[in-house]
Amino acid sequence: MVGITSYGAYIPYYRLPRGLISKAWGQPGGRGEKAVAGFDEDPITMSVAAGIDCLKGIDPKTVDALFMATTCAPYKERQSATIAATALDFRREARNTDFANCLRAGTNAMLSAMDAVAAGSLKSVLVTAADMRLGGAAGEDELAFGDGSAALLFGNERVAVEIQGAYTLSDDLADYWRSSDDTFIRHWEDRFGREEGFLKIPGEAAAGVMKKCNLEKKDFTKVCFYGPTTRNHTALGRRMGFEPDQIQDPLLDTVGNTGTALPLMILVAALEESKPGDRILLISWGNGSDAIVLRVTEEIEKIRDRRGIKRHLGIKRTLDNYGRYLRWREMVSMAPPARPPQGPASMSAQWREHGSALPLYGVKCKKCGTPQLYLSYSSTRAHICLECSAKDEFEPYRFADKRGKVASFSHDFLAGGIDPPTTAAVIDFDGGGRGQFNMVDREPEECQVGMGVEMTFRKLRYTLGAHTYFWKCKPVRD
Amino acid sequence: MPGSIKDRVAIVGMGCTKFGERWDASAADLLVDAAYQAFEDAGRGPEDIQAAWLGTTTGTTGMVLSEPLRLQYIPITRVENACATASDAFRNACYAVAAGIYDMVLAIGVDKFKDSGISGLGDGGTPGPSHAMVAESTPPRQFAMLATTYFSRYGLSFEEGKHMIGRVSWKSHHNGARNRNAHFQREVSMDQILNAPMVSWPLGLFDCCGVSDGAAAAIVTTPEIAKGIRKDPIYVKALQIAMSPRDGNYNSKYDFTHVETTVRAAEAAYKEAGITNPREEISMAEVHDCFSITEAVTMEDLRFSPRGKVREDIENGFFDLDGKLPVQLDGGLKCFGHPIGASGLRMIYEMYLHLQGRADELLNPGMPSRQVKNPKLGLTHNLGGSPDGCAIFVGIVGLPGV
Repeated sequence: MVGITSYGAYIPYYRLPRGLISKAWGQPGGRGEKAVAGFDEDPITMSVAAGIDCLKGIDPKTVDALFMATTCAPYKERQSATIAATALDFRREARNTDFANCLRAGTNAMLSAMDAVAAGSLKSVLVTAADMRLGGAAGEDELAFGDGSAALLFGNERVAVEIQGAYTLSDDLADYWRSSDDTFIRHWEDRFGREEGFLKIPGEAAAGVMKKCNLEKKDFTKVCFYGPTTRNHTALGRRMGFEPDQIQDPLLDTVGNTGTALPLMILVAALEESKPGDRILLISWGNGSDAIVLRVTEEIEKIRDRRGIKRHLGIKRTLDNYGRYLRWREMVSMAPPARPPQGPASMSAQWREHGSALPLYGVKCKKCGTPQLYLSYSSTRAHICLECSAKDEFEPYRFADKRGKVASFSHDFLAGGIDPPTTAAVIDFDGGGRGQFNMVDREPEECQVGMGVEMTFRKLRYTLGAHTYFWKCKPVRD
Repeated sequence: MPGSIKDRVAIVGMGCTKFGERWDASAADLLVDAAYQAFEDAGRGPEDIQAAWLGTTTGTTGMVLSEPLRLQYIPITRVENACATASDAFRNACYAVAAGIYDMVLAIGVDKFKDSGISGLGDGGTPGPSHAMVAESTPPRQFAMLATTYFSRYGLSFEEGKHMIGRVSWKSHHNGARNRNAHFQREVSMDQILNAPMVSWPLGLFDCCGVSDGAAAAIVTTPEIAKGIRKDPIYVKALQIAMSPRDGNYNSKYDFTHVETTVRAAEAAYKEAGITNPREEISMAEVHDCFSITEAVTMEDLRFSPRGKVREDIENGFFDLDGKLPVQLDGGLKCFGHPIGASGLRMIYEMYLHLQGRADELLNPGMPSRQVKNPKLGLTHNLGGSPDGCAIFVGIVGLPGV
């Protein structure tokens, strides 16, 4: 039996009220709010965040592959999934793959994971879907789009959600598109996309999978489906003929349209509320439609401790100005900082360190047992124990999954950057070890010596067209 | 058994340029100015110098010195040890004389920062080989953590802590105003200090020293030769450098309320000079006040103040120019300025002037005397790096027979 063995999600800490955007442009209205990724987040970091949530209590070395879906990959050429899988501490043998270029990439990845597990070639596959599509200022897309991610672990043991069937319609109906040179999405007349595409094709896929599985509408506890806007989402639900209480909330008023991540995020929200025996219909949209039938098992009760959608919805800070968002997205030309230009990050040095820096490994001394990090200017590899001076008597010790307490901190207004001040903190990890990290998703006035923090994978800098990813810390907000 | 430098070498000439934004001067100009002040002070010329040690963080090779001074084929070593650069050049020069290899040498330091186009030091150029966060850092951020933790550990409110470190800077401005070679020569009020913009919380603008251009020089010789040159040579009592293993950011034992490397270097220096109670025996000091909190913590690390009690001494004026143990008599890094490669020699220069009773040679017109009465021993201290890991110099110079 193939299915989902664990789930997780991630919603960025910051929310932008749509009314604030409308107000900035002198326009009326603006319903709800949208989640906005921080200046140092992207689909890779959000995939890692959802992956961490999903893999709670699961050894990442047991996962055979990361299938990462996004339409906003930071690179045209360089695999996103391998960066995320390295941060998640997967084995080097992991068969990581990027799923891209289509809002259906998330369900495409799910189906591929399902098939690989069913075929027996992979035992355990993590699927992540993350997006942060950018809408042009003052446009409808800007209001609609939100940022977020979901993660689903596929396997054939201790399955919490069985996959009972799937059906796909591929259709190059281009109601919107983004060429490799475009920053923003282009649209054809919206009535064409709506009437001939969105309100028609997902319904055909749903009917197809129900026929294939010999099921009727009343057999489903919940229907989870993509919707570009609340209006269109409601219309499709009505058009397909499901009862209002069967339709899972599409998160559009609280998170926004998270693109390829949206159907998976809606599914995770449904699973959080589900009971064993519930049957769920998942439907995606994007150059066709995937429809998947899922059935919840008793195992669901063992994975209730994820932050998922529900808890992440409560972990938030509402932005009080639109300018900060514009700055994060580099939508405005800022005054240049009075700082020297950054030197380029070295690809060879980063590669040399990726086994330690990306999954945030330090070491533990085999002689004296002291856990320790080493994050110097030139290396992240320790040789001499800082406690007992033994040479190279270490075993690997991971810090990314440890929480810690702030030993000291400062809010640096001089460093510049895209979201000043930069908060730097020295962290004493629970279980031993210390490191200095930037702190994000914090309010400067809440910071104090002794406060609890956890680690979060973020972008550190961008030079020569390449991102350097590293770990930062953030306040624990369970 | 390590030897001691005490009274084995003497300073017979010193020079120091005006520090500050020297838009008018290149590094070469500054070196020539400082060197020729020292030559004139000693009554000797470049032809008498047998070897030289050049401290600079911005130039490479000894030719940075030999070229502008047209020194003829003598050995010159370029020294770099962050903010301890000039002091380390001086230390090596002293050792060469003490070893009997040379009997007259030049120690000189220079840095020219104000052609860089920015205020402050930047982040070291961020070479970017590593993922380490510290490579992205700024100096005020690293030292601000001392203040955050000092306030927290000793239960100071933000206002109490800010006032304590603000009082440190108030004193430096008071002293700098009495020195015509200082970078900043204006007194400031506590209100100005406390209300200044934040640079790296909790450090505000007046908690941070300036970045300056400047050079300083010393001519070092044997005590025998020194007595023939002038009646008041100044003797070296201790020269200590300590290098931390830079583990403060990785080792939870480090408390971020003191600088262990300063403690180690100071204790070694006190031993070398035969000092047991520095609060009573040291007449005056120039210490590394890159940030106000650094000076405050250093007073405890040097045993000038009991641990955790420096606030009383600061607020009571113990370290003021007319206090029991004046510190930063020339304005310190805060107001005299901080061209990194020159700062250590600038500090020794200030001690040298006071020990010879010549401090008022640099007095700003109309100001009351800044000369310390009957000083016997002067201590200088540099901190290169940050509290979690640094290069520390502690040196003591003084009168003969002390």
